[in-house]
Amino acid sequence: MNIIVCAKQVVDVSEMKIDSTTKKPILQGVPQKISDIDKNAMEEAIKIKEKHGGKITVVTIGPTNAKERIKELLAMGADEGLLVTAPENIDYHITANLLAEAIKKIGEYDLILCGETSIDMFSGQTGPRLAANLNIPQITYAQNIAAEKDKITADRNMGDQLVTTESNYPVIVTVTKEINVPRLPSLMQILAAANKPIKEITAESITKDLKPLVETIELKGVSMERKNVVYKDDIDESVKQLVNNLAKEGVLRG
Amino acid sequence: MVLVYSDNKNLTIEMLSKATELSKETKEKVIATIIGKTDENLAKEYISYGADNVFIAETELKDFKAEEYAEILSKIIKETKSETILIGSNKNGKELSARLGGILNAGCVVDSNNVYFKNNKLIAERMVYSGNAIAVNQFNSKPAIVTIPSKAFDPLKKDASRKGEITKKKIDAEKSASKIVKITEMKTSGVNVEDAEIIVSCGRGFKNKDDIKLVKELADVLKGKTVGCSRPIAADMKWLPEEHWIGLSGRKVKPKLYIAAGISGQIQHIAGMRDSGIVVAINKDPDALIFKSADYGIVGDLYAVLPKLTSAVKEKMG
Repeated sequence: MNIIVCAKQVVDVSEMKIDSTTKKPILQGVPQKISDIDKNAMEEAIKIKEKHGGKITVVTIGPTNAKERIKELLAMGADEGLLVTAPENIDYHITANLLAEAIKKIGEYDLILCGETSIDMFSGQTGPRLAANLNIPQITYAQNIAAEKDKITADRNMGDQLVTTESNYPVIVTVTKEINVPRLPSLMQILAAANKPIKEITAESITKDLKPLVETIELKGVSMERKNVVYKDDIDESVKQLVNNLAKEGVLRG
Repeated sequence: MVLVYSDNKNLTIEMLSKATELSKETKEKVIATIIGKTDENLAKEYISYGADNVFIAETELKDFKAEEYAEILSKIIKETKSETILIGSNKNGKELSARLGGILNAGCVVDSNNVYFKNNKLIAERMVYSGNAIAVNQFNSKPAIVTIPSKAFDPLKKDASRKGEITKKKIDAEKSASKIVKITEMKTSGVNVEDAEIIVSCGRGFKNKDDIKLVKELADVLKGKTVGCSRPIAADMKWLPEEHWIGLSGRKVKPKLYIAAGISGQIQHIAGMRDSGIVVAINKDPDALIFKSADYGIVGDLYAVLPKLTSAVKEKMG
């Protein structure tokens, strides 16, 4: 089975600092990593390969240094990497088109796995957009999948319903964080990954004249004005003061 | 035209209010969309809440599949010459919008609660980086697709005398190769945290599943009766069903009063409750992040604080 895993390099949001005067996030110097849920997609790909054999190719759209991130996925168990170098701040339209063209270049594929969303932007657009561009079915929000030779079945977590969907190949499946726990590669695997191939191509070499349809023109800070009244001493006294204040705020009347 | 679609009635009605505002600027009509069976009553209700036209796409399709619905919606958009598309931001709506964007080569911004025109261009703002920033997104092309979460906008006042046009048309889509095998209703407690006026939430500070009764008791005396939780309680421990989960990947809420007990205040949780009215935090760690996002806080063991708070509230409310 030929499996493609789409992975995104993101800033580690938990390491992000906020400028105290502008309240804007400081993007410089924040460590980069593979978006967490893409690792869940990778883990699922490895499990399927262990069962059915085949090949796993990782595709990433990003800057040149994303090569380092692809190595992490090669260490986990991917066979090959493909990095499409592209300018920063491209929109989902461009990302999905680049992925589609890159995947066509890779050739035959049965299954494309993605995280349901990236942890930096949390849009969840890439999977469905790519599915539309390739004109293949999409199975989103999969929390459990069973891949057989000729079809795949997934339980989709829709909040109040669990929708079990199946599809023939080729198909795109986006997975949730709950689907598995991604493996940590051993030192041997990390060393071995250095010998696995990563191909690098430029965005211009596969598509022409893609213009962003949506542009982020500003990143605004988030101000959170709160009273920050904190009681630290005697619990009885704290509770009393809190309840008095809540009554004054008018939030105790149902 | 400004077109509105959601499979959720309330969300559609809320979006009609925003669509009406946007349509004044573009001097276009507001179209509400129904996909499935003809429902004249629903169409009339949409008109009473601001729709100028209701487009009913009659289809034989039974269950929602994004591939098929996106194709149907793309045909409606072309037929009605709609350029501003608002879609309800539930799970169906989001995957539908992204696929629709792919089909139409249209830009799409999901989960926006601030949409407006500036210099004749549509702008949709949304929270990014786990709630650390707001991205101001400008559409450079048409049609423009924006998904809107529930409770982002207040509905217009219902006016049953409003007149509008109802168009019915049979629209088909190419059958998707995917097949729905089974739909299982998840065990739910019927709670809707998004509608709650008062929420008491629990987090990792709780040691046992049974202890959640401490927040339930407080929620009950507050007449809010709604219990929320952070990620560990719903996703890892599974002590509460997912509809209680408040956060970036859970539900986003804005009650009048939000009480967080034993919740550390990770940015992902804050992203789900930051629009709350008054926020109260109870945590034994004085350095817990949650205190920065709270109006009132008590540093103390929740096992000691919650029962006392419950009886104090009971007394105060009589």
